[in-house]
Amino acid sequence: MLEIRNLHATIDDQEILRGIDLKVSAGEVHAIMGPNGSGKSTLAKVLAGHPAYEVTEGEIIYEGKNLLEMDPDERAREGVFMAFQYPVEVPGVSNAQLLRLAYNEKRKHQGLEELDPLEFKELLAERAKLVDMDLSFMSRSVNEGFSGGEKKRNEILQMAVLEPKLAILDETDSGLDIDALRIVADGVNKLRRPDNAIILVTHYQRILNYIIPDYVHVLYRGRIVRSGGKELALELEEKGYDWIKSEAGVTASA
Amino acid sequence: MSTNIELLANREYKYGFVTEIEYEDFPRGLNEEIIRLLSERKGEPDWMLEFRLKAYRHWVTMREPRHWPNITYPEIDFQSIVYYSAPKQRPKKKSLDEVDPELLRTFEKLGIPLHEQKLLAGVAVDAVFDSVSVATTYKEKLKKMGIIFCSMSEAIREYPDLVRKYLGSVVPPNDNFYAALNSAVFSDGSFCYIPKGVRCPMELSTYFRINNAESGQFERTLIVAEEGAYVSYLEGCTAPMYDRNQLHAAVVELVALDDAEIKYSTVQNWYAGDEEGRGGIYNFVTKRGKCLGRNSKISWTQVETGSAITWKYPSVILMGDNSIGEFYSVALTNHRQQADTGTKMIHIGRNTRSTIVSKGIAAGKSSNSYRGLVKILPKAENARNFTQCDSMLIGSECSANTFPYIEVMNNSSRAEHEATTSRISEEQLFYLQQRGLSQEDAVSLIINGFCKEVFRELPMEFAVEAQRLLGIKLEGSVG
Repeated sequence: MLEIRNLHATIDDQEILRGIDLKVSAGEVHAIMGPNGSGKSTLAKVLAGHPAYEVTEGEIIYEGKNLLEMDPDERAREGVFMAFQYPVEVPGVSNAQLLRLAYNEKRKHQGLEELDPLEFKELLAERAKLVDMDLSFMSRSVNEGFSGGEKKRNEILQMAVLEPKLAILDETDSGLDIDALRIVADGVNKLRRPDNAIILVTHYQRILNYIIPDYVHVLYRGRIVRSGGKELALELEEKGYDWIKSEAGVTASA
Repeated sequence: MSTNIELLANREYKYGFVTEIEYEDFPRGLNEEIIRLLSERKGEPDWMLEFRLKAYRHWVTMREPRHWPNITYPEIDFQSIVYYSAPKQRPKKKSLDEVDPELLRTFEKLGIPLHEQKLLAGVAVDAVFDSVSVATTYKEKLKKMGIIFCSMSEAIREYPDLVRKYLGSVVPPNDNFYAALNSAVFSDGSFCYIPKGVRCPMELSTYFRINNAESGQFERTLIVAEEGAYVSYLEGCTAPMYDRNQLHAAVVELVALDDAEIKYSTVQNWYAGDEEGRGGIYNFVTKRGKCLGRNSKISWTQVETGSAITWKYPSVILMGDNSIGEFYSVALTNHRQQADTGTKMIHIGRNTRSTIVSKGIAAGKSSNSYRGLVKILPKAENARNFTQCDSMLIGSECSANTFPYIEVMNNSSRAEHEATTSRISEEQLFYLQQRGLSQEDAVSLIINGFCKEVFRELPMEFAVEAQRLLGIKLEGSVG
């Protein structure tokens, strides 16, 4: 589904990603872990096409297409979804309005009929249950006045409505208390399917107790310095990132 | 992809075409002879001529309001303007079949069909082309309910007592420079009278079109709602694209008696000039309503997207006790447009209420100012005002200003003022694009969200039109 080859990316002429290689197949969950500033969120944003980042080298092939040639909205319509670490507020635009617009953009792209507000309302009600979200949130402005946890749940609701092929969750667990974390993780698990893939960007191992990854990659200074199964996350939890840092330092100087 | 929010080109102005038609023009310039000629041509009674001459004599002593508004523009040569310009046609038209088909086609092209079989459902239209009213639809139907809806010229001939009683009663001829000019030379406009207790069953609408490159447009609108009457009135405007500036100086007067309500909505889309600021309409307009009666209500809703310069402050004089004044405004400026717009709420009666919601959107190199006065006089006990002024900036070369003036002269009243300034952020755009919306749709959605409180005040069809218009106006302004 996704193949990243030797990806280098900069922001304001500062290199953040320094040669990432990663392959993700349908049905898989990949966790990207690493200390602060290692480039985790940059990787997520580059995949989604954030305009502030410049790709200086390498390529990203998604479903056989060159992802880097596509605008962010094209990527989205092709099934790439990013749950934001800091979801953005859009005053005056209701949650339901944005969701319906986004959903219909995707339907149009797929050559399907758009849903009218009533049809969409039914779909929305059903999906909202996945993240235990009250329908009163649907008439409120997008993320305006939402608590941190509500914003994150709202991101997963959007994911549930848009049913992406590739979902990138950028620190969706940060700032969540244990109950909210469980709701969000449950929602994500219900959306796992053999034909979609999830990239889970996280600093902590905690969420991986709920969303069990197939692979764990450790990012450090813009490179993947270690990959393994879910047990790697536990090892990190136990030993901390210093272990990786010193090991990477050794490799680098060797 | 560019990371800067910057300006690209605007979409072509859709209404910029010129209608080829024969004109009867007056010579350029203004003097008493021209006014006499104008009045004679329109077959006006003596009192009307006197009204004009008095206004003119006052106007020559007045000065252009150049210093206080936040706008700059070159000298206007008032003697180079053609003050009366009418499409040549038979003097009296009995039916639309006698109206020049070229004119009918023009309005059709603008989306305003005047033929009976194609009439806009639920909207009666008075179409004004340059200096004269071309046609008024649904007139007979309204007449049966006692509602008068006709051109101002016709009203002066047919209903002189009503016109004479109210014309200039809200905006006196010497009110300001442009109102005085208008009072001297206004050529046409709409007149609308809703009798006691009648609720007008359809939207009344005037569509203004400036076609002639050399003429100014000076229309005059007067709306009177008798006791307990209700009317919703819409006004739309477009003009062809010329590289010279044209002057538009209108006066609108509204009078609401006891328990009457007037809702006045405008979507202004005069030609705004090109990206470099060449051409476009100078829009100097005086709009004012008088809540004369108890419990009366006047509500202005405006969506201002056009004109090179907008100078306009639709106001309400709250005389009757418990009367209500409202002003909902979206003003959008792009490229080199300049807008200085807002309102005045003058509280005179007791328990009077006013609400002001102003949304200014500035893009390109434009300048967008809100200027508003809330004045609560000593006798206006328990008066209340709430003002909210929000500005949104798109790009870094535009400016937005807020100039609120608040004068409260008693202790029982209260005025509240809230103001915010925001920017469309790259993060907001990226967020919406990441959900599959194109950049233009994303901008449009953000702007429409920003303007929501105003759009919901507009009649349905107008709201849709307004949202679409904002989208078009901003197309390419973020890139």
